[in-house]
Amino acid sequence: MMPGFWVLVRRDLQLAVREGGAIGTALGFYLIVVALMPLGLGPDLSLLSRIAAGVLWIALLLAALLSLPRIFEADYEDGALEVMATADLPLELVAAAKSLAHWISTGIPLALMAPALGILLNLDIGSTPALIGTMVAGTPAISFLGAIGAALTLKARRGGLLLALLVLPLYVPTLIFGITAINAVALGSDGFWQSFAMLVALSMGATVLGPVAAAAAVRPQLQ
Amino acid sequence: MADTLILARGGRTVVDRLSFTVDAGHALVLSGANGAGKTTLIRALAGFLLPVEGQIVLEGGSADRTPAEQCHFVGHQNGMKSSLTVEENLLFWADFLRAPGAGPGVEPPKRVADALTRFDLEPLSDIPAGYLSAGQKRRLGLARLLVAERPVWLLDEPTVSLDTRSAGLLAALVNAHTAAGGIVVAATHLDLGLDRADELRLGPREVAA
Repeated sequence: MMPGFWVLVRRDLQLAVREGGAIGTALGFYLIVVALMPLGLGPDLSLLSRIAAGVLWIALLLAALLSLPRIFEADYEDGALEVMATADLPLELVAAAKSLAHWISTGIPLALMAPALGILLNLDIGSTPALIGTMVAGTPAISFLGAIGAALTLKARRGGLLLALLVLPLYVPTLIFGITAINAVALGSDGFWQSFAMLVALSMGATVLGPVAAAAAVRPQLQ
Repeated sequence: MADTLILARGGRTVVDRLSFTVDAGHALVLSGANGAGKTTLIRALAGFLLPVEGQIVLEGGSADRTPAEQCHFVGHQNGMKSSLTVEENLLFWADFLRAPGAGPGVEPPKRVADALTRFDLEPLSDIPAGYLSAGQKRRLGLARLLVAERPVWLLDEPTVSLDTRSAGLLAALVNAHTAAGGIVVAATHLDLGLDRADELRLGPREVAA
C-alpha cells in the first residue's frame, strides 16, 4: 500500500517545483511582511528583538496559509482527485501524502528562511539553530491541519478567506509553543525543551488527525 | 451487479429502484436524456455516491478490494496535470494505480509505452499535457485505462471531443476489454458500435415504476 503513497508525494513535489509560483509567492510574502515590521514600529532594537519570535511565527502562518488551497484544489478541478478516490490507497493516505508534500515544499523553505528574516528583527544570532529547529518541528502541524481547511473549502469559490477563518484558530497552540520555545533561547529564559516537546507533540497529533478529517471532508464533495 | 438501487443527489431522487446485471465480457451502454441519471449512476458505481437503498456487488472480484477499487473511472475531466508531460502523467497513474501485491506482471514503463502507441500519442509523449488539444487530452485520459489492469471500466461520455478515428479506436479497445472478460459501463449519446453490448435506457419510466 505504501508505494502509491510515495509516488504521490514525489509527483506533488515535482509539480511544486515545475509550477514554482507557489513557493516563490510564499517566500516573497514572508519576506515582505517581516520587512514591513521594523518600518512600522521604528528602529527600537530592544523592542524588535522582544517581538521577533512572534512576528516570525505569525508571518510564517500567513505565508503558509496562502498556499494551503493548492493541496487539493488543482487535483479536484482536473478530476485527478476522483481517480485517486478509486485507487487502492485510502483517501486518508492520499490526504497525508499531499499534506506531506505541502510541508516539504512550503513549510521547510519557510523555516529555513526564518533566520535570515530574524536579522531584520534584531533576533539574537545565537538562537538560529533553535529558530530553525522549532519551525521545522512546528510546521507539519500547519500543513496537516491546513489540509482539513483546504478540504472543507474545496468547492467554495474564492474560499481563501473562509479557509483562513477555519484553520487559523487551529494554529493557536503551535503559535504559542513555537514563540515560547524561541524566546526561551533568544531572551534567555528557560523551558525551551518543554515547549519544543509540546510542538513536536502537536505536529504528531496533527499528522494523524489531519488526513483523517481531510479525507472525511473530501468524500462527500466527490458526489 | 446492482440491486434495487435508489440514488439521490442533492436530496432529489435521480435513480429510483433500478436493478441490472452486467455479465463478465459484456458492455452496458447507458442512454437517456440529459439529466436522466447516467452520470449519477456511474458515479455511484465508482463509489463516490452512497446508494440511499440497494447495493452494488461485483461478483467474482477480489474479496479484499471494494468494487470501486476494481474500477477504472473516466469522468468528464481527464485528471492530467498540464505541467507534466504526456508520458510523466501516464507513468504517475501507472505507478499510483498499480495494485499492491500484484505480481511482477508488465512493468509500468512498458505499459505506458504500449498505451501511448495504442492511442497515437507517441509523437506527443514529451510535450506538457497543457499544450494538447481537447481531443488529444481526452485520448490521454482514456490511455489511463491501459496503464493499470482493472476488470471494470466506467466511462462517462468517453467520446466527447474525440474525432471519428479515435472513437473507433476506443470502440476497438472496449471490445478487446470485454472479449478478455472485462466489464464496461459507458454513458454515451453516440452509437459506438460495440460488440456484446446491452443498452439500459434511463429516464422518467424508471421513476414511474
